[in-house]
Amino acid sequence: MFELPSGAEIQSIIASLRMSVGFFIPEIYLSVLFMLLIVIDLVAKGRKNNLLSITTLLGLGGTTFFIYQQHFMPAGELFFGMYVLDEFALFFKYFFVLSGMLAVIITMADRQFDREVKSMGEYYALIIAMVIGMIMMASSADMLMIFISMELVSFTAYILTGYFKRNPRSSEAALKYLVYGAVSSGLMVYGFSLIYGLTAQTNLINICSELSQHGYDPLLMILATLLILAGFGYKIGAVPFHFWAPDVYEGAPTPITAYLSVASKAAGFALLMRFFYIAIPHGGPAYEDIIGINWVSLLVLISVASMIYGNVVALWQKNVKRLLAYSSIAHAGYLLLGIIVMDAFGTQSTLFYLLSYFLMNFGAFYVVILIANKTGSENLEDYRGLGKKMPLAGAALTVFLISLVGLPPTLGFIGKLMIFSALLAKGSLYIWLALIGIMTSVISLYYYMLIPLNMYLRESPESEEKNMNPGLIANILMAALMFLTIYFGLFFQPLSDFAKYSSAMFGLRLY
Amino acid sequence: MEHLIPIGLNHYLTISAFLFGFGLFAVMTRKNAIVILMGVELILNAANINFLAFSKYNGGMGGVMFSLFIIVIAAAEAAIALAIVINIFKIFKSVDVSSIDTMKE
Repeated sequence: MFELPSGAEIQSIIASLRMSVGFFIPEIYLSVLFMLLIVIDLVAKGRKNNLLSITTLLGLGGTTFFIYQQHFMPAGELFFGMYVLDEFALFFKYFFVLSGMLAVIITMADRQFDREVKSMGEYYALIIAMVIGMIMMASSADMLMIFISMELVSFTAYILTGYFKRNPRSSEAALKYLVYGAVSSGLMVYGFSLIYGLTAQTNLINICSELSQHGYDPLLMILATLLILAGFGYKIGAVPFHFWAPDVYEGAPTPITAYLSVASKAAGFALLMRFFYIAIPHGGPAYEDIIGINWVSLLVLISVASMIYGNVVALWQKNVKRLLAYSSIAHAGYLLLGIIVMDAFGTQSTLFYLLSYFLMNFGAFYVVILIANKTGSENLEDYRGLGKKMPLAGAALTVFLISLVGLPPTLGFIGKLMIFSALLAKGSLYIWLALIGIMTSVISLYYYMLIPLNMYLRESPESEEKNMNPGLIANILMAALMFLTIYFGLFFQPLSDFAKYSSAMFGLRLY
Repeated sequence: MEHLIPIGLNHYLTISAFLFGFGLFAVMTRKNAIVILMGVELILNAANINFLAFSKYNGGMGGVMFSLFIIVIAAAEAAIALAIVINIFKIFKSVDVSSIDTMKE
């Protein structure tokens, strides 16, 4: 049935592989770093120092050099259409490497690790593995690669979530993450198998051409889309695939919570955009469906549900990490708005919003960690009077929260502005969506501002003075993140240009 | 034996759809973490049968490749999942997911 390839064919396959490896250097470098960290951990076992974390930081910093070199390479498919190098993938490579670095930095600041675990062992190696997985997610051009890279990210995330082995909350979070993750990736693979049945292709571009040439059964297609959305929706944490989010975000180590809520979500969005923009044909006769439902209307439903559910349920939260979890569900809804628009401006605004979300969410979690180091609590009640005891932390957290609401003069305002103007530029069709977005932002103002309210206007129950200064380095980092949030809120041109440059997929621009 | 219908694509797909349904049913109704993971394996194997059947009837090797990778990843997933479940059992003395619920507001 299948013939063995001839010698000449094997030669050409090897030549093509060797050619592709040249475009794969950052991933290879990161894999070497991953193994190096495991070896360092073995050699330097038992010594309490920052060797592992510093190596991780420097290593990740070095990656940016290799990624920068890729700007000068031609965009295109590698490894027989499995993998792709384009501006869109490059954007996410920077994004994930930087968020990996920030995750390492805030891990170094978190004192909970000293109490819960004896050694950091494979922790940093797993963070690197997750960075590799997410980079592959953003660059995969084939359903097989999408599945493998997504599982790589999920598996490392399960382990990192349960990293505090003796802590019941951390273990429970890992179990919940695992159960929901396994089910949704199973559903996604079943959806992939249906698409494979429709087209006999696994490459996204081939799927698109096959679907638009031969048409498809709309009912089967909508079923497959729904199943695949279950997988992607779980990664981005959107309603109705959000059940894991609050518990996992609350139970996981805080740096991992920040990392999951920013990087893993962004990886999900990268996949979502690439899959739905590339694989599913737009326009033409095949686009029409009998029941009037297509993937855009599914996304509209998910987006509206996420914005309303996330913002409304957050109103009752007493734990700051849990509050930020619900807010991250709501932010998944806002990010989906940019995808629904489906044009170059929409993609640009989604990427820009991801950048702003990166700064403000990492910043907020960093301050939460610093406060938890001093007070040992993440409860809203225990934030009373902190504005006087930790002035810089209070100010920084307030700035990040204002940015999360989307008020000027912060980066979050520009992000929301771009998303809503992309919606309105599309005409009257999506005005109601923009209205829901603005209304829910107003709701979010209430629960975000509860935190500064507690910090500044309510008195702390205990009056004795403790040393609450988080230390010089922590202060500098916090101030830097706060400064960047405001600076880019005023001078957003470079970020917005970068997002526009990055909206090219497979060397093509949308429309 | 000439009165029997030859096995065709639809037979494979029906079996796979049944497996998928059973898997989903197990995931939704069972409380035991191990049984839920067994349900997930059923779903993954349903996808495997789909891929292999489609691959057999369209002549490509893509589906076979895909199912090989699914088998490997399912094994890796089982390893990690069992490690987490064992840890849960050590802490909570139970693998009942409805009783492991300490974080509800």
